[in-house]
Amino acid sequence: MLSTIAMILSAIVGLSLIYLLIRTIQGHPVERRIVFVYIGLAVVLPLLMNKTLPLPVTKDVRKLYDRLEQLQPGSKVLCAFDYDPPSAPELQPMAVAFLKYAFKKDFKIIIMGLWPQGPQQAQQAIEEAMLDPIIAGKNLVQGEDWVNLGFQSGNEFVIQSMGTEFKRMFPKDNRRIPYEDIPLLQNVVNFSNVDFVMNFSAGKPGTYEWVQFGVDRFGFELGAGNTAVQAPMMYPYLRAGQLKGLLGGMIGAAEFEKVLNEKGKASTFLLAQTFAHATVIIFIIIGNLAFFASRKKKTAGAR
Amino acid sequence: MRRQIPILITTIAGLVFAISYFIPHDPFGESESIFGDWITIVQAFAVWLGALNLLKISFEKISSKSADRHYAAIIIVSLIGTLAVGFYDGYSGMAQDPQVSFRDPGTNFDWLYRFIYTPLSATMFSMLAFFVASASYRAFRARNVQATLLLIAGFFVMGGRVPLFDMMISPITDFPVFSWFADWIMTYPNTAGQRAIMIGIALGIMSSSLRIILGIERSHIGGGSG
Amino acid sequence: MEMISIWIAAILTLGIFSFLYKDNPLYKACEALFVGVSAAYWAIVFYFDNIYKKFYEGAVTAEEPDYFLWIGAILGLLFLTRLVPKIGWVSRWPMALIVGATAGLWMVGYFVSNAMNQIGNTISNIIARDELTGAIAWGETFGTMVILVGVVSGLVYFFFSKEHKGVFGATAKVGTWFLMVTFGASFGYTVMSRMSLLIGRVDFLLGDWLGILR
Repeated sequence: MLSTIAMILSAIVGLSLIYLLIRTIQGHPVERRIVFVYIGLAVVLPLLMNKTLPLPVTKDVRKLYDRLEQLQPGSKVLCAFDYDPPSAPELQPMAVAFLKYAFKKDFKIIIMGLWPQGPQQAQQAIEEAMLDPIIAGKNLVQGEDWVNLGFQSGNEFVIQSMGTEFKRMFPKDNRRIPYEDIPLLQNVVNFSNVDFVMNFSAGKPGTYEWVQFGVDRFGFELGAGNTAVQAPMMYPYLRAGQLKGLLGGMIGAAEFEKVLNEKGKASTFLLAQTFAHATVIIFIIIGNLAFFASRKKKTAGAR
Repeated sequence: MRRQIPILITTIAGLVFAISYFIPHDPFGESESIFGDWITIVQAFAVWLGALNLLKISFEKISSKSADRHYAAIIIVSLIGTLAVGFYDGYSGMAQDPQVSFRDPGTNFDWLYRFIYTPLSATMFSMLAFFVASASYRAFRARNVQATLLLIAGFFVMGGRVPLFDMMISPITDFPVFSWFADWIMTYPNTAGQRAIMIGIALGIMSSSLRIILGIERSHIGGGSG
Repeated sequence: MEMISIWIAAILTLGIFSFLYKDNPLYKACEALFVGVSAAYWAIVFYFDNIYKKFYEGAVTAEEPDYFLWIGAILGLLFLTRLVPKIGWVSRWPMALIVGATAGLWMVGYFVSNAMNQIGNTISNIIARDELTGAIAWGETFGTMVILVGVVSGLVYFFFSKEHKGVFGATAKVGTWFLMVTFGASFGYTVMSRMSLLIGRVDFLLGDWLGILR
């Protein structure tokens, strides 16, 4: 019922854009609050429709998945959570999908954060992953199957110091258990003892720093999930092999969920994301049509 | 004393980190780790400096009866309140067996994070969606070749990274034109442009760093370029 | 309790959104609350994860104390002298440490990762070959050439020591085209990002608060 109403309303809203086009071409651009209403509706209505769309998986996401598939059960994966709540709609679905996959594949997860909020976001992602019946059935133990080392200040200096010794930056875990007493971290001295590093990043410090001061100096393999704002800047690293794969924004998260066969938040947001993009594109087209119409008028007037 | 010591500290720290990249052995390797430890601690104090400064400014606003004094009072109460909750959870968690972290689910600090900090910060940034759309409508014009290129790239990337546009042309062709082209733009021209910017910035950082280490650039210690 | 918590979060969310209509006291109050809570949040996390765990337990209560950490703490305390104008100049010492160390670390790090590796990848393997058959992969080769032209022309554009005229100027112009396409792509991704954040908040309001999303 709600879904049908939302579809009808979407059609009406879509048609009303024609009126907007005519007004703008006539030289009366609508005020910004009207634009705000359209954006709001472009997000609200598709969410009410509760539909998903088919999505092709890009090669950058596929590359990451292929590399992860090569890891053996028991592989140690360092997960750096370098983001905060504002970026969570993009990065949290990636983190949850990744953790679900990792726990199902029996990887050992070492969590840390260069952002103060990162370990807390990780904690929430773990809670959500643990709700999966398969993972719940594994009875995973903190300290043996996963560990949260918490946050450390110092940005790139933390990465540089971890190259020598993790313990130096994280003498105790989140629960204040000494590093040497944590079973999972026995024989983990530095990056040479982890099989893969995964970074969820919303800015600085984040994937930039992990590549520059981690990958290129200590030679480990890195995969990244980035906010869409940051993702375009990572393509040079991806091409040069400094990154093994990239999940860009909520779409990247949806692709990752698809390739992992996990139905998560990002997939359910896809329709809303699509409508929002379409609305912005339509507004750009309307603005430009009005621009060309006014230019034509001016040229005709000058003649 | 006021100028020479900071210059000396800058130069020594800079040289240690630069040299230890190539010679990671002692004394450079160990010095690098010790300096790294100090920096992490100094940064923590820097954050406290920010918080204390915020308190100081807010109290000044109240005492000077500024128009914003009511909001300054909210800042003071929320800051001190959150600090109190954090310290209480942190220390009481340490006293428990097994120990509980202040950020563990179920703590008061975690409640503040989930229901106060998260909605405020996430909503603040989500408002940019409205402003970016409004700006696109009012200012994003194909005025010349450069602006047109920018617009076309933006159009294909926005349209190609979501499936709707390929679905719209699916009666004509099965080939996902939009997503293919968006991917092509990201992989080649975008990589080229980003790389040019990246190399430019790297060269700029190199020269600036060298000026700082050699003591030519002194703005960070209260002086100009020497 | 869960319900009350969600209501509080929803009111705060709507309080911030109220700015979209116009600036108002509710928005300003929410903004002030955000500033206070986030400053204290950072202070607490830095205190327990760094000052307490790294310094206090490493240098004071440890069985084998690391006395070097005291220097870090003293430098940190010197930073706080900025709050006292008369002796504020002492805060330049810890500042000098951070700036100097960052300069040393970045000088080499940026050069290796962002200059050398990028230049190397741009000029190597220009003729791409299929991994299985070894035949020339024309599509990829064309793409590699595009990158080569884009990087060179983009760098020429950034070179301001020579006037942008003649062949040099034409190359710089090509560079601006590449940069514009790059900015367009970044714009597209920025829109994507901002919309995602809004979707996240609307999902909270419709789902967690109003409970109308399945």
